[in-house]
Amino acid sequence: MSVMRPLTIGGRTFRSRLFVGTGKFASHDAMSRAVAASEAEVVTVALKRVRVSADGEVDSLLRALELPGVAVVPNTSGVRDAREAVLAAQLSREALETNWVKLEIHPDVRHLLPDPVETLRATEILARLGFVVLPYCSADPILCKRLEDVGAAAVMPLAAPIGSNRGLETRSMLELIVAQSGVPVVIDAGLGAPSHAAAAMELGADAVLVNTAIAVAGDSEAMAAAFAEAVRSGRRAYEAGLGGVGVTGVATSPTDGLVAGLEE
Amino acid sequence: MKSFGQVFARRDWGETRNRIASQRTRDVERALASSRRSDTLDMGAFLALISPAAEPFLGEIVNESRARTRRRFGNVIQLYAPLYLSNECRNICTYCGFSADVRRPRLTLDEAGLTKEVDALASEGFAHLLLVSGEAPREVGIDYFLRCIPVVRQRMSQLSMEVQPLSEEEYVRLGDAGVSAVLVYQESYDEAGYARFHPKGKKADFAYRLDTADRLGRAEIKKIGLGALLGLSDWRTDAFMLASHLDYLRTTYWRTHYSVSFPRLRPAEGGFAPPARVSDKALVQMIAAFRLFDASVDLVLSTREPASLRDRLIPIGVTTMSAGSKTEPGGYASPGSDALQQFEISDDRPPPEIASVLRRAGLNPVWKDWDAVFDA
Repeated sequence: MSVMRPLTIGGRTFRSRLFVGTGKFASHDAMSRAVAASEAEVVTVALKRVRVSADGEVDSLLRALELPGVAVVPNTSGVRDAREAVLAAQLSREALETNWVKLEIHPDVRHLLPDPVETLRATEILARLGFVVLPYCSADPILCKRLEDVGAAAVMPLAAPIGSNRGLETRSMLELIVAQSGVPVVIDAGLGAPSHAAAAMELGADAVLVNTAIAVAGDSEAMAAAFAEAVRSGRRAYEAGLGGVGVTGVATSPTDGLVAGLEE
Repeated sequence: MKSFGQVFARRDWGETRNRIASQRTRDVERALASSRRSDTLDMGAFLALISPAAEPFLGEIVNESRARTRRRFGNVIQLYAPLYLSNECRNICTYCGFSADVRRPRLTLDEAGLTKEVDALASEGFAHLLLVSGEAPREVGIDYFLRCIPVVRQRMSQLSMEVQPLSEEEYVRLGDAGVSAVLVYQESYDEAGYARFHPKGKKADFAYRLDTADRLGRAEIKKIGLGALLGLSDWRTDAFMLASHLDYLRTTYWRTHYSVSFPRLRPAEGGFAPPARVSDKALVQMIAAFRLFDASVDLVLSTREPASLRDRLIPIGVTTMSAGSKTEPGGYASPGSDALQQFEISDDRPPPEIASVLRRAGLNPVWKDWDAVFDA
């Protein structure tokens, strides 16, 4: 069986194409087990949930994520604009000793939709400051190109609003984003079932990020494993080359040969 | 200037009360169907869900509320503690233990006393404090608050306040000093009843209090806490007016976070008997209806409620709880001064016990959900 192509972001290479968010688990233990089952190599953590202590004591949330091969990427959830996002990223760089940051600026508290203007502004500043910036953004193809232009290491367009479990509602825009992106596309937010994640990968996403669907599942460990399989199989199908889609039936034994060589 | 007062002027208490009473089963069914399609409801649907006609559907409403809360907030509950700065008060509120006409010892914490309280709460694990006071602007006004805030911020990542209504300019100063949330409950939206319960003091000004949330919104305070004191008037009508307030605010100040609290009147010094009974079932209906009305609003439950009821309310829609509360200034560092307290708390389990209760219910207690960097 062919080996799937690895994913490279910001100079680091990952075998897993499933990123996991850590916000909603019933306990640190449930979170650790789910992350292990997901085989994720990138997990995101809200800076606002991490206690930064002066005496170097490691926060219990971070301790629970000290798993082999897992990179913890802080996110800026809670900030309202670019200025706050930059401050939060700088603090997290010090506290978590990483220059990776998942940029989240969603001032709309009801739907947690990202602010495109502030996100673009913050990405530009943070990239200049040497951060590996992964901006969560609207599924807007032009915005994604602009984010790439100002130095985003990947783009993270939303499939549907955070926590909505609605699946690929922005599909047609995501297809354009994937088709024209020069940086990895990580589809984030709204993926509510493994089938959604598989569809995102089949569509050509480089990776997906899932939180709610795993954390709030009856058995989050089993759901994490299900997502891992779905992401693998979606990616494998994409790399294998999916057939085109039509509205009429197409014979499985092509008739092209029958017309070849006829007099023009 | 735009304000909720203008919206409120078009609403009539008596007429609203009648509309709620005349809801029928089919109105409730329509509201439930609409809630399954969307994360937010219109005022008409909310009205149906808090009506007597919705009572037979309570199980269904609660199930929907529970599922929606978990999906939106995850399996977590935020914990905070109230810190009473002062029990001085110039207002007469007929139900309150701090009321100016109650003869009792009065105390305002000085910096040393405040530090002791903050240290005691930090050592229990709290990262979010709610500063509370009565209304005595001379002793406990903006200058006093601005002296207190840095003391608290040294050890806490989040600071909320529940003090008298202030001016927009004063709220800007509080925000700049590092206050992220301000709670001002209207107590009751029943204007006639309000006048009876608040006969004297600045608080008697119903309209000024009603426009407080607008002043907070304009001052860009990041989170505004709303509430009605349950037991003063008809809870269903108050719930509707409160939802209407939230509806107006979330559209007008769309970047602001909101919380809704459900304080039910407790026995206080002075022997006040709540004139309108609010049953446990009513409290459940109100909490669940608010969750269906707004999937993202933070719903707060205090230690006013007894432990057994709190344990049952936790999973259905609540997202934030206080734990181990003391309602007298200085109560954490030197417990036992009941003579100073505002009301008797009912759930007196210490914070670690509350945390284990949550864990047993499959919920992760979250002590820190904010960072000082957001207030910088």
